[in-house]
Amino acid sequence: MQQNQNTDFEISGFKHNMSAHCENGVTSNLLNFNNIQLSEAMVFGIGSGLFFSYMPFIKLNGIPVSSYRPLPGAIFKRTARRMGVHVKSCIFRNPEKAMNELNRVLAEGKPVGMVVGVYHLKYFPPAFRFHFNAHNLVAFGRTNGSYIISDPVMETQVLLDNEDLKKVRFAKGTAEPKGKMYFVDKILGKPDLKLAIIKGITQTCSHMLTIPIPMFGVKGIRFLAKRMRNWQKKLGERKAALYMAQLVRMQEEIGTGGAGFRFMYAAFLQETAQIFENPTFAQLSAEMTKIGDLWREFAILAGRISKNRISADDSYNKAADLLMIIADKEEKLFRELDSVIKSKNL
Amino acid sequence: MKENEVPQDEDLLKVTREIQYALDENGNYVQIKSTGWDIKNDILKQAWEIVDDESEAARLLVLNGEKSPIYFYMKKNLLDISTLASYMGMFKFRVKRHLKPTVFAKLSEQILERYASVFEISISELKKVPETKISLSNEKI
Repeated sequence: MQQNQNTDFEISGFKHNMSAHCENGVTSNLLNFNNIQLSEAMVFGIGSGLFFSYMPFIKLNGIPVSSYRPLPGAIFKRTARRMGVHVKSCIFRNPEKAMNELNRVLAEGKPVGMVVGVYHLKYFPPAFRFHFNAHNLVAFGRTNGSYIISDPVMETQVLLDNEDLKKVRFAKGTAEPKGKMYFVDKILGKPDLKLAIIKGITQTCSHMLTIPIPMFGVKGIRFLAKRMRNWQKKLGERKAALYMAQLVRMQEEIGTGGAGFRFMYAAFLQETAQIFENPTFAQLSAEMTKIGDLWREFAILAGRISKNRISADDSYNKAADLLMIIADKEEKLFRELDSVIKSKNL
Repeated sequence: MKENEVPQDEDLLKVTREIQYALDENGNYVQIKSTGWDIKNDILKQAWEIVDDESEAARLLVLNGEKSPIYFYMKKNLLDISTLASYMGMFKFRVKRHLKPTVFAKLSEQILERYASVFEISISELKKVPETKISLSNEKI
């Protein structure tokens, strides 16, 4: 087991593909390695990657975090389970043990997914290096004492040395990754793609529509809109602008969140329409594209507000109004999608 | 969003490009690589400007003898006391004490070394602050 510790090797058959969102990409790349060919959009749909939550008491740099995705790791876990794949995932207290376990699994010829913080991630675009601890990447080999890394955000594979990888795996702050790693353990059976899609859509609809707490799903969007109307009054011009800026950042940073996720989900619905040979999904895909365009409009509006710090006029109300429209449209769409997926003649 | 609507603004990512999903002329979704979007670029730039301003306020406090240089490097690295404490493996109150110039002056080389490695600088850099305002917003973007 240990002989590979210092020798160069690359797990053959692993292909690095770029993606819009890191966890989708990691999942898609890991599954493709195991001969389950899924596009990024498919992974996103099956893994129920679309979500919304606004919990004003969870803060990053003193500003509430809105989240457009489930907890990190959820997409991989769900997609794998629904495709009949058994995965193993573990967290660590001791960094040395975490690195040893990584080496052990790599030596078995299995590519390993990991959750990392981006602040100390050497190759990452500098402008994006904040203390954000939910990034995903895959290690699939070693060369000259460095790990060969497939980071779906990057156009090509990259290298990270032992110390750097250890540091990002044990990044501190909000949502510490604690050395989390995950990998495909074994394939349990022949996957049923249609069933997996149905499960994915069912969960997304249920999470967007039926969580009985007003901070999640469509209700969460409305909750945020309601709070937004009072930001100026409650927080003052400067802080309100910061809140707005953080919202756009969470929404549009490297493929995560608002518009980007809607377009991705629309792409998923388009693929679904072909698989089920059911044009209703294509119609819903077109509807989702329109909602994505609205999210883009919202980002532009919010960006302008935070840049100019406009006072006097009611731009915060306008942004909130737009969110309410988005919430209504999404509610309608997910209700339709839910009834399509539950109907017998799919 | 259509294929030709994918923003290709100022290249903020520099080392990579990002994937966007957009419709081609036949109404099919395709992956398009984008160099960046001004809306996002502005927001990011703003975020780094805030870091610059907070670091500058910290730098002046250090020069004024009110805080130790650790305070400046903490702000520069976007850290707060509790996150810095967990990087250091210390209790918060200890880190808080180290922000006092008098306590900082008496710190052992070992402790200084640990701080320096968290901030990824040398010990001699850790003992002073830059002579002028830092500008991460220009450096990174």
